[in-house]
Amino acid sequence: MTDTYSNLVNTNPVGKKIATQLGLPRPTRLRRYEEGQDLLSGPAAVAGIGDAPVAGWATGIIKASGGDVVPASPEASYDKKLGAIVFDATAARTLDQLDELRATVGPAIKKLGSSARLVVIGTTPAELQDAEAAATQQALEGITRSIGKEMLRGSTANLLWVDQDAQGDSSVLAAPLRFLLSARSAYVSGQPVRVRAADVPDATDWRHPLAGRVAVITGAARGIGAEIAKVFARAGATLVLVDIPAAGDSLSKVANDLGATALQLDVTAEDAGARIAEAVARKGDKLHVMVHNAGITRDKLFVNTDENRWGSVLDVNLRSQFRINKTLLDPSVKGGLADGGRIIGVASISGIGGNRGQSNYAASKAGVIGMVRQLSQNLADREITVNAVAPGFIETEMTAKIPFATREVGRRLNSLLQGGSPVDVGEAIAFFAEPGSAGVTGQVLRVCGQSQLGA
Amino acid sequence: MSVRDVYVLGGNRIPFVRSGGKYLKASNQDMLTAAIDGLVSRYGLAGERLGEVAAGAVLKHSRDFNLTRESVLGSHLSPTTPAYDVQQACGTGLEATILTANKIALGQIDSAIAGGSDTTSDAPLAVNDSLRRTLMKVNYAKTPQQRISALAKIRPGQLAPDQPSNGEPRTGLSMGEHQAITTKEWGITREAQDELTARSHQNLAAAYDRGFFDDLLTPYLGVSRDNNLRPDSTPEKLAKLKPVFGKGEGATMTAGNSTPLTDGASAVLLGSRDWADEHRITPLARFVDGETAGVDYVTGNEGLLMAPPYAIARLLQRNNLSLQDFDFYEIHEAFASTVLCHLAALESPEFCKEKLGLDAPLGSIDRDKLNVNGSSLAAGHPFAATGGRIVASTAKMLHEKGSGRALISICAAGGLGVVAILEACE
Repeated sequence: MTDTYSNLVNTNPVGKKIATQLGLPRPTRLRRYEEGQDLLSGPAAVAGIGDAPVAGWATGIIKASGGDVVPASPEASYDKKLGAIVFDATAARTLDQLDELRATVGPAIKKLGSSARLVVIGTTPAELQDAEAAATQQALEGITRSIGKEMLRGSTANLLWVDQDAQGDSSVLAAPLRFLLSARSAYVSGQPVRVRAADVPDATDWRHPLAGRVAVITGAARGIGAEIAKVFARAGATLVLVDIPAAGDSLSKVANDLGATALQLDVTAEDAGARIAEAVARKGDKLHVMVHNAGITRDKLFVNTDENRWGSVLDVNLRSQFRINKTLLDPSVKGGLADGGRIIGVASISGIGGNRGQSNYAASKAGVIGMVRQLSQNLADREITVNAVAPGFIETEMTAKIPFATREVGRRLNSLLQGGSPVDVGEAIAFFAEPGSAGVTGQVLRVCGQSQLGA
Repeated sequence: MSVRDVYVLGGNRIPFVRSGGKYLKASNQDMLTAAIDGLVSRYGLAGERLGEVAAGAVLKHSRDFNLTRESVLGSHLSPTTPAYDVQQACGTGLEATILTANKIALGQIDSAIAGGSDTTSDAPLAVNDSLRRTLMKVNYAKTPQQRISALAKIRPGQLAPDQPSNGEPRTGLSMGEHQAITTKEWGITREAQDELTARSHQNLAAAYDRGFFDDLLTPYLGVSRDNNLRPDSTPEKLAKLKPVFGKGEGATMTAGNSTPLTDGASAVLLGSRDWADEHRITPLARFVDGETAGVDYVTGNEGLLMAPPYAIARLLQRNNLSLQDFDFYEIHEAFASTVLCHLAALESPEFCKEKLGLDAPLGSIDRDKLNVNGSSLAAGHPFAATGGRIVASTAKMLHEKGSGRALISICAAGGLGVVAILEACE
């Protein structure tokens, strides 16, 4: 799906001029990850509040990933366009201290290049006993979300809330920080991500974090699912791709292009979990990542929908996941999910904000969120993380069918002034899948360009 | 040289489609490549070098002289996978299976794909023999004058293309006409044929409904089921059709109880135990043995499609088995009456004594074990693709049952019959 308007105001000289003179929005072509790409497009300015316990870790992570770091301060004059700002506010406990953020980050934002990053690091507010301390940390969310809306030229602002017992551990922070700094998070903005303490294996190759890991992706024959598969293959995963038998033709092509295995399977089948495990067992002893992406829509106004539309959407989008998980989580199942594994769902901003004509779909997607929050706690002792992404307006064959006016609204009503690409969803899911994301669980990450829908 | 066990590991085919329809623009190479690629993705074999790929087509363009190798090169298999064409009329697919299985048994290769493809939608149309001879003269002419005088000999009548037919070159009779003679000789009734036909459709439909083909078939060009399949077929509906083969009162063979011309392709993955283990593939069945027979149909001593009973008799004897030692019988339904003639022959004391030289007839089989997931009358019959369809489905049936043995039998043009035995793995 091409965004004709974006092309017109960015590449056509006349279109560019008209858009500038009329003050029309000019969506920036976002920097997206390519194999071998540098972490950042320019140096990262790093600073923090007080003794900034995490800033040192962040500096180390950026340097280890090949990025340059410069110190940030209210007086600093930056001689190059900045690729990112990382601000450690974990030590902030009083509202007064927030002014240090204003004074330091403000001038640095003016020096950001395009598709640059602001990552604010805070302490999880729920962990703080003191009310002002909690308020101070919660304030970071409001600040980050607002800056996200002010960002220009495809830049984003996100927040990492790090639990106190995780603040002394660089390894647990590395994957989330790298994701938010890199072009892999091109369409993620205004989002808080919580990082807990966890055992993280040493990352050997941060560009191929899924090497040696077996992953299953459902709904992989086309659209977002096929794109998730490509990102996983790039990250080194061994893949089993699932889609309904009727989509077997395109599933086979996707699989062969990626050197993956195709499994024609209706996820609602009673034995779906067993058949997935069987296919996994051909590729390794255990499964490491289960991505529940398969989903359908059967839209109709709530008052007009019927039992079939209602039931089939819930069955495919949600009920099937419970059945499959149950089998895969049985430790005795060959090809079942390994301890330390990942379960990743796909929610939707429809599930957060609701959508006209989509009560059944929104039910299933809100249900995914509910499942993620509870299942992550239930599986914490097995070190299995459970997360979901919530895509916003993504340019797919499905959204191409939305009537023009509705489509334009959906596409522009976000901080990046454009629809996302299926690959953006794939990148976010691959981030959850990384061994390095062990500290991230029970979360729903919006991949929506900071859409105002459902916000 | 020691002989080792050979296993059927999996299969894939594209849906079979009635000729002149959805696959009109697909060539044999397109379809065979699709069948191979579906198998490659099912078992995650992209980029792998297999021992070899053997496949073929019955109706073949001259440009397809290396059909299988070209299909391999167009597939996701490693281009270092060798390939060759096999052609034994409708026995092609099963014969390719036997050939590759034998090589695996001998340790010459560890893995193979056997298959076949056929289309009568993209069939070769040749210039007729008279025009061809004239054009050859033009081709070999040395001077422009010779060339012009050769070209001047072309007449309008020579422009009619030489159409391919499924007639027997030595008798001029079509296969249906041959079978009509045999059907009459064996006294096979219209009712029995229609009943067998309806059962084939119902069995195939049920197999689809229970997802039996989910890991045996990959949709192609928007088709996800064999489109000859009539799930609501009944003997009563079939009884209404007019006979198309044979003449007069006694004619019993209709378009319903004969297979239609069909397009499609299939592929079967075979391997040694070690190769299967290395790839963590659970074998579906063990390939036990195969046998081929030919009969003298030209002089009328035997019916054109009556070779399978001869092959079955020899195969049973070699393997020390009786006809009743099987849990599944997969007898290719070229025509409903072919299957019924074979069964009648195996039960006939005279036939078994005089033709097969046996003291006692091979006997009858339990009809509930015959073509339990449908066969060619319902699925259709793209000649060279039928063997692969049957081998893969039969192997899966044995795997599901977890025990037992299956007999596969395919009749072919030229008075040929190819049969084989599969056995469940321990």
